[in-house]
Amino acid sequence: MKTDDLIKALDADARSKAMPLRSAWWLAAGAAAVVAAAVFMMTIGPRPDFMAAAHTIRFLSKFAFTIVLAVTAFALIRALSTPGAATGRAMAAMIIAPLLVAVAVVLELFMVPQALWSTRLIGSNMMICMSFIPLIGIGPLAIFLWMLRYGAPTRPVLAGAVAGLLAGGLAATFYAAHCFDDSPLFVATWYTIAIAALTLLGALGGRLFVRW
Amino acid sequence: MSGKDEAELSRLMRAAIAGDERAYADFLHRIAALIRGFVRRKIVQGGVDPEDVVQETLLAIHVKRHTWRQDAAVLPWVYAIARFKLIDAFRRRGRRIEIDVDDIAETFAEPETETVSERDINRALDGLPPAQRSVVSAVSVEGRSIGETAAKFGISETAVRVSLHRGLAAIARRFGQGRFGRE
Repeated sequence: MKTDDLIKALDADARSKAMPLRSAWWLAAGAAAVVAAAVFMMTIGPRPDFMAAAHTIRFLSKFAFTIVLAVTAFALIRALSTPGAATGRAMAAMIIAPLLVAVAVVLELFMVPQALWSTRLIGSNMMICMSFIPLIGIGPLAIFLWMLRYGAPTRPVLAGAVAGLLAGGLAATFYAAHCFDDSPLFVATWYTIAIAALTLLGALGGRLFVRW
Repeated sequence: MSGKDEAELSRLMRAAIAGDERAYADFLHRIAALIRGFVRRKIVQGGVDPEDVVQETLLAIHVKRHTWRQDAAVLPWVYAIARFKLIDAFRRRGRRIEIDVDDIAETFAEPETETVSERDINRALDGLPPAQRSVVSAVSVEGRSIGETAAKFGISETAVRVSLHRGLAAIARRFGQGRFGRE
């Protein structure tokens, strides 16, 4: 087939329509949030003293970390799935969430006596944290990887890893409403491990599944 | 990079997405020439046929045109896809190359004609289900219109459009997965 013949076929298919990628990403984000919420409510659910806890700074700080992670990862993944789009600023913004966590850890170390550091770090929920963040995040991760296939990422492994970070940020936001361990020492350790697992899985998914 | 080229091509692509087939044909022909120039400059030794990469890139541009933001420049989008497909072609053939983004500027304009040889796309076409294959061949190689193709096979124009769309998407998918022949 000559290239001119191929162009005839492409031109004859010009009227076929697909949803613009930008709108599709918002739809996917909504669907992923619904899936994560459903899994969360059907399994562990929010902690009973949620309303009271919402007045404490440590409890709220957890959401600051996870929501910032999700928002920055969402901006980056949209850029990564569009060929030729600038990614520099979105990439740089990924430092914000870890930076917030680092600052909170330093503050916590100043405010809490050294004798309590290890209690705070180990907490009481680390196994639940490390199993439920991936469990809540796996459905959203599948949606985001599927979206990457719908898009056109020229760096599929990196885009897959960011899909994992996005799914991790989303899942951790829900999980944070359940967990009683509000210390930044706990969050910095176990949330990070759980989100890293999703990130690794996302990178693998990007490598194997995101072909176009 | 010529700003006039960019403005004109963006305008054509916007018209094409709005359903203007004439603008789309014009866009594809001009883009094909640009990609051909780009790819030929990048492939210095044998192993990869430039025209195969041109065709793969055009198909990818077609099936991924919903990823172009209408308020963004179209040429960076086109070249990012061309670069991706070129690297993919080399990877499949076990070679590595470095692509310098800055080189793109030199490769503009200069329409070039294609060479004729056995194409990857023919092998991918052969691997399609018979109904899709005959429709894609009729519209491309035989140069028939949608209406003529519908009359030839005694099916509706809608059925022709559906087969054509699915056939092209399947070929693009095979290219993406590095599969070309019948499986």
